[in-house]
Amino acid sequence: MQFGIFSVSDITRDPVSGQTPSEAERIDAIASIARKTEEAGLDVFAIGEHHNPPFFSSSPATLLAYVAATTKRLIVSTATTLITTNDPVRIAEEYAMLQHLSKGRMDLMLGRGNTAPVYPWFGQDIRQGLPLALENYNLLHRLWREDVVDWKGKYRTPLQGFTSIPRPLDDVPPFVWHGSIRTPEIAEQAAYYGDGFFANNIFWPKEHYMRLIRFYRQRYAHHGHGSEQQAIVGLGGQAYIAKNSQDAKREFRPYFSEAPVYGHGPSMEDFMELTPLSVGSPQEVIDKTLTFREHFGDYQRQLFLVDHAGLPLKTVLGQLELLGEEVVPVLRKEIAARQDPQTPEAPTHASLVGAKYGDRAPRQPRPNANRGDNVTGASPYQDTAPELAAEYPAP
Amino acid sequence: MSIPEETEPLRLVVVSAGTSDPSSTRLLADRTAERTAALAASHRKTVTISVIELREISADISAALVTELVTPKLRKAAGILGEADGIIAATPVYKAGPSGLFTSFFHVLDNDLLIGKPVVLAATAGTARHSLVADDQMRPLFAYLRTMTAPTSLFAAPEDWSDPALNGRVDRAALELVLLMESGFARKIRDESWQSYQHSYGSAGGAEVAIDLDTDLMRLATGG
Repeated sequence: MQFGIFSVSDITRDPVSGQTPSEAERIDAIASIARKTEEAGLDVFAIGEHHNPPFFSSSPATLLAYVAATTKRLIVSTATTLITTNDPVRIAEEYAMLQHLSKGRMDLMLGRGNTAPVYPWFGQDIRQGLPLALENYNLLHRLWREDVVDWKGKYRTPLQGFTSIPRPLDDVPPFVWHGSIRTPEIAEQAAYYGDGFFANNIFWPKEHYMRLIRFYRQRYAHHGHGSEQQAIVGLGGQAYIAKNSQDAKREFRPYFSEAPVYGHGPSMEDFMELTPLSVGSPQEVIDKTLTFREHFGDYQRQLFLVDHAGLPLKTVLGQLELLGEEVVPVLRKEIAARQDPQTPEAPTHASLVGAKYGDRAPRQPRPNANRGDNVTGASPYQDTAPELAAEYPAP
Repeated sequence: MSIPEETEPLRLVVVSAGTSDPSSTRLLADRTAERTAALAASHRKTVTISVIELREISADISAALVTELVTPKLRKAAGILGEADGIIAATPVYKAGPSGLFTSFFHVLDNDLLIGKPVVLAATAGTARHSLVADDQMRPLFAYLRTMTAPTSLFAAPEDWSDPALNGRVDRAALELVLLMESGFARKIRDESWQSYQHSYGSAGGAEVAIDLDTDLMRLATGG
């Protein structure tokens, strides 16, 4: 079981101090938060993608490359990468590059994005958001698996003889999670490709997510990737921890009450009852988190939202210490004791390399000499299978 | 020839956005509900009446409106409406329109929760100048929700409370409601034509439709 944090990258006024951090301060802060995530013994750091203020993370691949370079063990990921407004060719290139630089310590979570004005900024239309996401991912999936792609779709310029470079590290594509809270088509696509499925798990009654995750598990098995139990599920969650319950509630309440999205709405107590939010002592957070597997089945990745709503850096770093020292070690132990022994771990680069090659050495694509184009021949790489070699007319 | 009594009582739900206790809005709704029950009895039908007082869940409604969070109280109200055979929807008029509490409640309900359900619209106001609010402003909202709205809407200004003509209109609307409920229209829609209405995943409290794998989008999801 992997534990980590995800941040939406909001730059929000701290309602207690009244200060709004600058973009520069917030970007420095996120780098510290990512390093602290590793120091605290957590496994995953994931960042969102936005293209409008008050957010800073427009370029997650750049940020994650920096985070990977300043950590040793941490898996860097996204929450989420916009599969609608990004060109899937650029996603293939940027994240393959990140995969090389991080030595495989990365994966990717895809989402659609729900801010209508963002779509036209990138030449797209939110009304086509779902088919766009599905089609783009079908292309992305091929770009990471086929050296040369011919492709024609509805939403993007056709590709002829296109090679996405660099090829994935060890010719093993990054693992992909599909984030969705209400779209059976996305669950079906995740299941079809044997990818992971992530439910943000914040607003709706859990029955909705339970049904969608159950559907994903059934379809994962239907498409022949393993049993329902072996499907790869990730969940969000939100926590604020203090040594005792009263302090946690007192400290977090001003941030809760003015938080983007759910602030100025329900009471914190109602929100705690109805959503995965826990505000309390380490034991209370542990107890709440342990209920998730009872609702959704044994799962592979738990991401906590700890960095948002204007919480100052010092507080967020303190939260990470508490998570790492008092919450996650207990959760690891308790979950290991409770979960079905058939439950797989979340795929990592190492496990995917092992699954693909066994004891053999991984493929290391070496390009042929520059031919001036990328079109002639079956493959631009030296290790083209002989039966695929192109035959040229005799000179 | 005697008509055998239906074993299942008809479930009538009153939704009132009145604020005082009792409010004239609630009085109009209750009067309509009582007449509906009485007229149903003459048709050998029994009616059970549930009341959703929106003032009691106003915080839940506003939370749902601004955060999409559906509280247990709101879920319970939606559940009662989902089971309803007929609805009396009543609101006071403020600033020449239905109360924001009333419209907000129907805004946060699932789009397909009320398809085909018989509804009587009722409004109260401080002046007869607002008398078209029910037909002009409430009726389009219920058209969007695809309810079977009764032809007679009810409106009461102060002078109507002492005018027997109001009782006549209440009786007319109540009988329309009884006939529409008796017809089982909403249930038959659900049984015979539910798929032909637009639904989305999780709407109608998860009772919308099974996930359909035989669609263009599902084919695109599996490689196109």
